[in-house]
Formats: sequence, structure tokens, C-alpha cells
Amino acid sequence: MIKFLLKGLMRDRSRSLFPVLIVVIGVMLTVFLYNWINGAEFNFIDSSARFNTGHLKIMSRAYAREADQVPNDLALIGVRSLLDQLRNEHPDMIWTPRIRFGGLLDIPDAQGETRAQGPVMGLAVDLLSAGSRERGIFKLEEALVRGRTPQGAGEILVSEDFARRLNIQPGETATLISVTMQGSLAVANFTVAGTIRFGVEAMDRGAMIADIAGIRSALDMGDAAGEILGFFDDFVYRDPRAAAIAARFNAAYGDGPDEFSPVMDTLANQSGMGDLLAMMRMFSGLVLVIFIGVMSIVLWNAGLMGSLRRYGEIGVRLAMGETKTHIYGSLILEALMIGALGSAIGTAVGLAESYYLQAHGINIGFMMKNASLFVSNVMRAKVSPASYAVGFIPGLAATFLGASISGLGIYRRRTSQLMKELEA
Amino acid sequence: MKKYGPVWIIAIMVSILAEAQAPSGDWLLQKIDENIGSDNKISHSRMIIHGRRGSRTVESRSWIQGDEKSFTEYLAPPREAGTKMLKLEDQLWTYSPSTDRIILISGHMLRQSVMGSDLSYEDLMEDRRLRSMYDARVTGEEESDGRACWVLGLTSKDVDAAYHSRRIWVDKERFVVLKEDRFAKGGKLLKRTEAKDVRRLDGRWIPKNIVFKDMLKTGEGTEFLLEEVRFNAEIPDHVFSKASLRR
Repeated sequence: MIKFLLKGLMRDRSRSLFPVLIVVIGVMLTVFLYNWINGAEFNFIDSSARFNTGHLKIMSRAYAREADQVPNDLALIGVRSLLDQLRNEHPDMIWTPRIRFGGLLDIPDAQGETRAQGPVMGLAVDLLSAGSRERGIFKLEEALVRGRTPQGAGEILVSEDFARRLNIQPGETATLISVTMQGSLAVANFTVAGTIRFGVEAMDRGAMIADIAGIRSALDMGDAAGEILGFFDDFVYRDPRAAAIAARFNAAYGDGPDEFSPVMDTLANQSGMGDLLAMMRMFSGLVLVIFIGVMSIVLWNAGLMGSLRRYGEIGVRLAMGETKTHIYGSLILEALMIGALGSAIGTAVGLAESYYLQAHGINIGFMMKNASLFVSNVMRAKVSPASYAVGFIPGLAATFLGASISGLGIYRRRTSQLMKELEA
Repeated sequence: MKKYGPVWIIAIMVSILAEAQAPSGDWLLQKIDENIGSDNKISHSRMIIHGRRGSRTVESRSWIQGDEKSFTEYLAPPREAGTKMLKLEDQLWTYSPSTDRIILISGHMLRQSVMGSDLSYEDLMEDRRLRSMYDARVTGEEESDGRACWVLGLTSKDVDAAYHSRRIWVDKERFVVLKEDRFAKGGKLLKRTEAKDVRRLDGRWIPKNIVFKDMLKTGEGTEFLLEEVRFNAEIPDHVFSKASLRR
């Protein structure tokens, strides 16, 4: 039977070409859009986690309330012992202290007078401790444009765009003017070791990366840090597990009156990330539903047209004694074969496009000029195991639905009228 | 109505008389400036900054010439010792010994807190005489710290002033500002100061303890304690030069 139907489909292209093309286009678009949204979501989570939120973040309660203002006067203290405790309790995770700070970077001339000055968004990270993973988290070697990465606490990296704007060369001295943990003016000299470009607009506008020891000394932060970030070892964010760790930690520290006691937050709970992720997932689901709906309607329509064209053929088959259910079944089987073929081709084409964009991406930096979100300027697709099924199953389902609905017309044919219909 | 006619007349006359007795705002500002202003002064002070995490004390010595020149050297705590500040007219430089750099403080940095206190660099810059900066109007009489005061409403003459308006409580006898509220253009209260321990020094009434409170910050405010002050002292001109920052 399958062989017979296949022969029919191959010989009568009008029965197969148009439906297959529709399924190919629909499935290809579904696969591509799914991977594209998947890539955008991954980009969003990955960049935010690396540069800002971690998968988990610990702050003091007071700091967490005003986190947008980076209030280092409310930073966590006793960070070393807290880190030891976290590393003991969760040895499978990476825990790292960070200090975010704002300030001015002042470049002196030969006489020590200001030659250039600009605002920087600073990040102090553990670059020099043995076993620190921060260089990898920031992908510093990949991001390096000129010079080298810091080898000492008195060396910094500045964003390439900022360096060009202020005409800073690697090896030059730069004075950081900021505020100490006590609120005093902090003035500290650093050597610019190199320049970086992360491809994240929010960082590349004016970032300064320094070792945390140098910044602790400059900002009078001793054993303090604004934040402690936690990462899953494989860098894949798992919300339920993160939420469970945060709940256990917060339960242990309780809701006491001390506003400087630590509090842990998950990535999804920070800066409205959860809402944004939920919105992206909803959008992704909506795209699939719309495509399946549209494909079903188009294929139903194609089925109806096919039925009209094959009106006589079906009449003859009925006249020859073939049952309506058998014809209906053969139409559905035919549709499933078209669906399987179209879905396979559509999935292959969609995956090929997705793999290409996963490797090369599209630069959307021109749209991110004033963005404050930590999102990479290069948007890439991301292919996952689900990408192989996400278009195939709806493609098959849509052809099945289309054929099932249009094929119902067979049951409305009356055998007594067949001869008249055929004569006409 | 006829029965109450004399009462009304008396009330109106009392009010007119009271109004007539109140000095003008401009005259009061002049008296305040005369009391506190001096050509030269050298002072030694301590700031006790009451933050959310505790208190700390910053000690400094200042040399001030007229309204436009001042030089301050911080003496304690050790981390701040040796930091110097020079104000010449509308420019402010700071010198940090650890970097050996002289930095011009400008733009948004002027709004930063001085040494973590409730005072901003803008507050430090704004030590011109009140009369030259504000139009004043007497708005009432109240008691402050147990002293009878005139209450004045001050409106800035300069659109770029750090505070658009102020409300000050002026001691009626000593012409010392005992309390002050400073407002933004939109009417938001930004700072409050309260003067305590007013003493007679060199023929002037000087508050030896002023509590500054930045109303936008949590914390208990900053106490400014004037340990010592010498009016009309001799100050060599070279003190007010950028070269003296590195000395």
C-alpha cells in the first residue's frame, strides 16, 4: 500500500510538490526561529551571568535593596570566611567575589596634570589568585585587543573604545577617582596593561577590569566585596536548583534585624531577568503554535484543492467498491508521507541555517548603542537536541490535521449519486 | 459688627506694627555675614561622620582668605592624612599623597560627599556671603534651640546655585544661623543643619558644633566641631597655590 501511494505521489507532482514545499518552508521557519530565540535566550542568560548576575549572587541585605546604585558602603564584610563556607557546602560550584564601582579614569600628562578624563564602570574580579576561574568567565584572552592581561594588582584593562576615545596606550598610568567604602574620595594609580572588547555594548562603552586586591586597596575595602557570585560548574543555569540553593542559604541566615547579613538571589530573581526570560519562552511557544496553526490551515486548504482535483478519482474508487474509510486512511497516510518528507527537508534546511548562525552570528551592535542589558552584540542561534524535533513533529501534525479535515469530504459523497457525478 | 469694630482696628494695627518691627531680610543677611565673615581665618576642626556602619572622625586644618580662596589639609585618620584641597574662586583641586596627583574636582564629582560626610564638595565651594547669593524675606518668628529667631526664606539669585532655596532660623540677638533647611528647585528638602554650642570668639558669635544631615542619605548625619579658629590671621599668598598642594 505504502509503495503504491509513494508511486502515486512521485508520478503526480501536483499531489506532492506544493504540500511538500509548504511543509518544508513552515518547518524550516519553525526550526530556525526556535533556534534563534533559543540563541537569544542563551546569549542573554550567559552574558548577564558572566558580567553581572552570576547564576547566584550574594549581597548584604542593605546592598541588595539599592544594588542599582552600587552602594559599596553597604558591601559584605568577612568575605573570606563566607567564601570558605560556600566552597565547603557547594564544592561543585564556582564562588567568586566581585566589586562593582563607578568613577573617573584620569590620564595624566608628563607634568602629572590631567590630559584626558572619562567615566568608567569598574569591575574588580579575582584575576590573580591561584585556581581563580574569572579569566575564563570573562574570556579575557579572547576579549584582549591590545597589550596583555593584568599580571599584578596594580594593573588594569580598559575597554578598547574607551581607550581610543581617551587616547590611552597600554603601559600608561591611569588614576582612578572613585569613592571608598567609607565614602571618602578614592584616588589610586594603575597601569593600563591592555585593552579589551567583549562585544557587549554595556561593557564596551567604558569598562575597567581590575584585580580585586588592587581595588580593595584603592577603595579601602579590606576583606569586603560588593557581591559574591556563584556559577554552576558547566555554566548552564538551572533555575530550580539555583532556587533551592538560595532558599537553603537564606533560611540559614534568617530574617534577622541585621541589614548587613548576606542574602542570596538567583539569576532569574535579579533585575527583572525572570520576567524577561518568561516573556522570551512565551514568545518561543507562541511562534510554534502560530506556525502549526498557519501550516494546518494552508495544508487543509491544499488538501481541499487536491480533493477537488481528485474528485473523479475518489468517485471511481468508491464506485469500484473501496470503502470511504479506506480512502480516507490512504489520504491520511499519503499526507503523513508528505509531512515526513517535508519535515525532514525543512528540519535539515532550518538546522543548516541555524548552525551557520551559531558559528557566525549577526552583529546587532548598531541597535544596542544605549543598551544597559548585558547582551552580546553578536546574536547567534543555538542548536539543541530539541531543535531536531521542534519542527518535525509540528510539520507531521499539521499535514495530518490538514488531511484529516479536508478528507472528511469523502464521507459526504453518496454512492447513489456517483454515476451522475461521473457523467457530469 | 459695630461692637467688635475697635477690636478689629487694634488687631490690624498690632499686625502692622509687628510687621514694621521685623527687620528686612536683606538687613538680616548683612548682619549674619558681618558676624561670621572675615578677611582671613585659620581653623582646626573635626568632622564626626555617623554612618550606617559606625562613626569615624576626620580632622583637618584650613586656611581661608575672603570668600574665594581656601586651603585644607586633612590630618587624620591615617588613610586621609596628607590629602589636601585647594579652592580658588570656582575651582577645586585635591591632592592625594599616595598617587602624587592633583585632581580638579568638577562636574558631577562636586556633588560627591567630602570624606564620606553629609557635606558635598559643592557645599565646600559655596562659602560666599549669603547676601550676595540669595534674596531674603522674613517669613516669621520661631524658637530654635531655646532662642528667639527670625525665620527667613531665601531664594537663589543664581540659577546654577547648589540649593535653589533655603529656610534659615536666625538668632534675633546674636545673628547666628541656628537652623537651616536647604531645598532643591522642586522643593525637595536636601540638607538640614543645626548649630549648637554658640560661643563668643574674637567679638563674634560662632557655632562650635554644627550637625549636617543629608536628607537623601540614611545615617545620623555629620557633626562638625570647630576646635580652634583665628580670625584675621596672617596667611602668606603662596598657601593658595597649586604648588602648596605637593608641599
